[in-house]
Amino acid sequence: MADASWLREFPEMDRMDLLEIRKTLDTAYREFSRSYGDAIESFFDPLLDFLIWFEQLLINSPWWAVILVVTALVYSATRSWKLSAGVVISFLLIGYFGMWEDTMSTLSIITVCTLMSIVLGIPIGILMARSDRVQTVVTPVLDIMQTMPAFVYLIPVVMLLGIGKIPGLIAVVIYAIPPVIRLTNLGIRLVDPEVMEAATAYGASPMQRLFGVQLPLAMPTIMAGINQTIMMALAMVVIASMIGVKGLGQPVLKSITNQYFTLGLFNGLAIVALAIIFDRVSQAYARRTQRHMKGGRNG
Amino acid sequence: MAEALIRVEGLYKVFGKDPASVMPLVREGRSKDDILAETGHTVGLKNINLKIGKGEIYVIMGLSGSGKSTLIRHFNRLIDPTEGRILIEGVDVMKLSPKELIAFRRYKMSMVFQRFGLMPHRTVLENVGYGLAIQGSDRNSRNDKAKHWLEAVGLAGYGEQYPSQLSGGQQQRVGLARALCTNAEILLMDEAFSALDPLIRSEMQDQLLELQQKLHKTIIFITHDLDEALRLGDRIAILKDGALVQEGAPVDILLHPADDYVAAFVRDVNRARALTVETVMTPAACCINSDSVRDALATLESAGRDYGFYVTQAGYQGTLSRRRLESASGEHIDSQLLEAVSPVSPDALIETVIPDTLETPGPLPVVDKDGQLQGELSRANLVEVLGGGSDRNAA
Ligand SMILES: Nc1ncnc2c1ncn2[C@@H]1O[C@H](COP(=O)(O)OP(=O)(O)O)[C@@H](O)[C@H]1O
Ligand SMILES: [Mg+2]
Repeated sequence: MADASWLREFPEMDRMDLLEIRKTLDTAYREFSRSYGDAIESFFDPLLDFLIWFEQLLINSPWWAVILVVTALVYSATRSWKLSAGVVISFLLIGYFGMWEDTMSTLSIITVCTLMSIVLGIPIGILMARSDRVQTVVTPVLDIMQTMPAFVYLIPVVMLLGIGKIPGLIAVVIYAIPPVIRLTNLGIRLVDPEVMEAATAYGASPMQRLFGVQLPLAMPTIMAGINQTIMMALAMVVIASMIGVKGLGQPVLKSITNQYFTLGLFNGLAIVALAIIFDRVSQAYARRTQRHMKGGRNG
Repeated sequence: MAEALIRVEGLYKVFGKDPASVMPLVREGRSKDDILAETGHTVGLKNINLKIGKGEIYVIMGLSGSGKSTLIRHFNRLIDPTEGRILIEGVDVMKLSPKELIAFRRYKMSMVFQRFGLMPHRTVLENVGYGLAIQGSDRNSRNDKAKHWLEAVGLAGYGEQYPSQLSGGQQQRVGLARALCTNAEILLMDEAFSALDPLIRSEMQDQLLELQQKLHKTIIFITHDLDEALRLGDRIAILKDGALVQEGAPVDILLHPADDYVAAFVRDVNRARALTVETVMTPAACCINSDSVRDALATLESAGRDYGFYVTQAGYQGTLSRRRLESASGEHIDSQLLEAVSPVSPDALIETVIPDTLETPGPLPVVDKDGQLQGELSRANLVEVLGGGSDRNAA
């Protein structure tokens, strides 16, 4: 066997060795999930309770009350009658075509996922902005989170926590959180250094600088990140439904396996409608609150 | 000079990875370019020593990149020195703890920035009150003070606007009001007017001088423009490649530039517009104190002059000429004997007295606002100052 066969064929690792590696890793992880799975699950219990409570709230409230509250929120955020009317019409159509309950489920999980992403993402973004070292460590992790196919990281999550809402939520957050982190970091780094200098020169403490200057000035960029995060979370709805997340994703999944074109289309359109609403509302809100910050005549 | 409020001693600043390692080269006197090429470090400041008196406007001048911003940022420690001491009222600012440093920045100094450094998300009033907000003062007293200073800079009624809604000049007035609002004793101004149009700029200079007359702050003012430096500065320091090349009163800089670098600055200055009468006048050569015509003639004779200034206890009375005195009929000097010469003020710019000086055969009396004779201004004075004064100017 002392020939040059490695030139023709790739010198692969020995099959047995590879098998051994896989076995070891799998066993180790299974051991880990067996011993800590319950603990981790109970750690997420409060979140699960909240998720269920919120979903039930949306589903059990009378449909007109939900529409009223959502529209009121939209109006107070955007001050736009057009957008508010659009929201009312979309919800009425969704309800009329029998997708109300699924839509409420999706709405609840998207809302919770977005909140989670913001609560976790903004502090991480702040840390990245403060330290170049943190940035060099976190950036590749974010790259992996965004490019790794979602199915791949569903596996360990499901192994650990089984099928259900929490694994779904974790999967969605992993997929959707990178934009908030990236854009928080970017927004803070882009704050005009002279304005920061001014704050320091007037004796602002690090906290006063962060909350009084950096975050408010980074807000347009952060809002853009939140917007992207919402869009990505919605895009994950179908995949998340594979591991037991209720909502508009499940009918879509069913349509794929049973070739129900119209059912798929309607539910797909409902997802699109939610996406458009979230997108327009968050953008209009950002524009309205930040209209003074742009277009300075000097510098 | 008044007592020194700020002292800088042996200040060095090197930018780069390992500043300390480069210090020997800097001390050897190697040039900034050499050091940059050899080590990749930038020499920001080189052995700066200066004293700034209480209540003066101290101008730091130099070309772009000469280290002006670096120097001014050492006073409130936006930049830490590589070596050297900065003493403010005898306190070494390098020895302040982080907490003390914050308090020091809040109460001792305020700063005006070249591109204004206003907070775009706060209203004009909130911007002016920013320093007080940082100090933790309550909203009402803060807004009252902010309104007061907004008015003082001529922007009453703009409080609810946002900075982006104002013109550049107005924004910098907001910057100035913000700096004054904390009532800090020391004002740092880094090219505060450089971004403004010439007309607005000169308005702002006037306003600053006017405010300074009332407030008596200690102002450190940075500029790359000598005209501005001469107009504002009680004293001027000139930086070149991070080193202090000359320091002194405006006239000294103008009339006795220390080297070619300073001379190049000075060359284009319109001296007639930059210097006041006071800075070029000479002591009055011939004062006549007696009201007798004979005594007056004798005084002129002994001074070898044709003109003399008639001065009594009450101050300057008028100018007398030998010709008129010789043909005088009476024994005593009366108003008919006085020449039609109008006195000039010591604060007047030379530009404004050139016509009078040229039309008058003798020297012009320089009389202050209390009516006292301060000196005289002759054509010879003017020729000397405007026509060259330093030989470098001929180039
Ligand atoms: N943070 C910095 N890092 C490296 N070099 C700097 C830094 N700040 C200033 N310098 C250098 O120090 C020198 C003086 O800069 P500066 O004080 O801004 O000049 P000026 O305000 O007179 O235009 C310049 O050569 C500049 O490139
Ligand atoms: Mg500068």
